[in-house]
Amino acid sequence: MSWLINSSIGRKVVQSLSGLFLILFLLFHMCMNVVLIFNYETYDFLANEILGANWWAIVGTLIIALGVVIHILYGIILTLQNQKARGKDKYASSSKTPQAWSSKNMFVLGLVILIFVLLHLYQMWYEMQFKELFHISGARTDGAQLVAEKFSQLWVVVAYIIGFIGLWFHLTHGFWSALHTVGWNNTVWMKRIKVLGNIVSTIICLGFIVVAIAVHLGYSNLLG
Amino acid sequence: MDKDINITVKVWRQKGPKEKGHFETYELKNISQGSSFLEMLDILNEQLINEGKVPVVFDHDCREGICGMCSLYINGHPHGPDEDITTCQLHMRKFNDGDTITVEPWRSAGFPVIRDLMVDRTAFDKIIQAGGYVSVNTGGVPDANSIPIPRHDAEAAMDAAACIGCGACVAACKNGSAMLFVAAKVSQFALLPQGKVEAARRAKRMVAKMDELGFGNCTNTGACEVECPKNISITNIARLNREFLKAKFKD
Ligand code: HEM
Ligand code: FES
Repeated sequence: MSWLINSSIGRKVVQSLSGLFLILFLLFHMCMNVVLIFNYETYDFLANEILGANWWAIVGTLIIALGVVIHILYGIILTLQNQKARGKDKYASSSKTPQAWSSKNMFVLGLVILIFVLLHLYQMWYEMQFKELFHISGARTDGAQLVAEKFSQLWVVVAYIIGFIGLWFHLTHGFWSALHTVGWNNTVWMKRIKVLGNIVSTIICLGFIVVAIAVHLGYSNLLG
Repeated sequence: MDKDINITVKVWRQKGPKEKGHFETYELKNISQGSSFLEMLDILNEQLINEGKVPVVFDHDCREGICGMCSLYINGHPHGPDEDITTCQLHMRKFNDGDTITVEPWRSAGFPVIRDLMVDRTAFDKIIQAGGYVSVNTGGVPDANSIPIPRHDAEAAMDAAACIGCGACVAACKNGSAMLFVAAKVSQFALLPQGKVEAARRAKRMVAKMDELGFGNCTNTGACEVECPKNISITNIARLNREFLKAKFKD
């Protein structure tokens, strides 16, 4: 399996599969957030009883963390290798080749996402699962209330929106690129997977943003 | 109507592979818009020789878009601002009176500059030698119709075979990746029964050689496809990925 490290296509496949895995996780996470709009109690039940500090939730968290670490590590390796392959001398007449903006800025978009993820982990995950796990006092079990508190601050909502706009651009290129990398593309499917990528990116990002804004404006726990 | 135009050309001059290069600016008067870009460079070189200076070195051969020798990065585009043509097919019609035209060599770690605008593209030959062929046992020539090939496959193979190996894909790519070239060469064989026999070996060896020679990782920006003078589609890259993965999983 050394080709997953030594070969350019192998490295791209790792980047692709880790990215697709993170997309699946985000879809699940987004669906769970939508519950906040309807009922806080159900949300807390899902967060504490179904997930919480149960072994499966811990294993899940570790797998996701592994996915994130691999994706970032490979992203850095790919970017550095590609800069080297470009050579030391840069073009004086800068490239006029039309290309999708996001495809040229995947690393920077990734950094935007990373900063956002760190903020998010500190604000939510650290207060709940982490503190519970390591028996640090003040672990929160009222997840929905915690979310409502955080989202009542405007700057948090704005930070979330910026993070998800970055993610949207990352995914509009990332989704079809990932399928292309594992070979699932041809002249017919090219248009389809690009459209599908735009739909998936929009559903994910809009879902997260809508929940953040709804909670901020008080349109949450509607059936509570 | 074609006019005579006055232009300024900014040309990359570099004495040798290890030497530091720089831009020189030259004025050219009364260049017919009906002349080709390379004829314009010929006129420039004549002018330089008459002034007792060293002419500009650039690659060219057939001058009709089939050999893949010409290789200039002109005003931000490999093969210049026109669509789907090589540098030798570019006309001065694409430029206006008073324009400044920047002419640079292909830039990528895989294609080091030899002199001025000429780069070393033997890396592509090495990739071909690694597996870009079909081993043929000579004998009687079989009848073409004895091996049925679906029309779609034949067309796709032919489209991939249009690649002339000029290197514009590498020159355009922000990652200095040679994937479009390798994808075209792998595809033209992988689609046909004669090429399928060695398909797995070919994909693995050519990709390994490409990586070894310092070309970058493809991130599907699609710049190669836009600048390719022969319109090679990046869906060939998806096919290369498929062929490569199939070969690796078979191992
Ligand atoms: C939840 C977060 C993320 C998701 C869902 C995600 C998803 C993806 C996907 C699907 C790809 C396409 C893979 C391919 O082209 O084969 C990709 C590529 C990439 N990602 Fe991410 N990513 C995320 C976070 C990050 C972070 C935090 C970084 C870095 C700091 C990053 C850096 C990159 C880079 C450099 C590429 C390669 C560019 C390319 O191949 O076009 N990503 N990502
Ligand atoms: S000189 Fe042969 S393709 Fe341009």
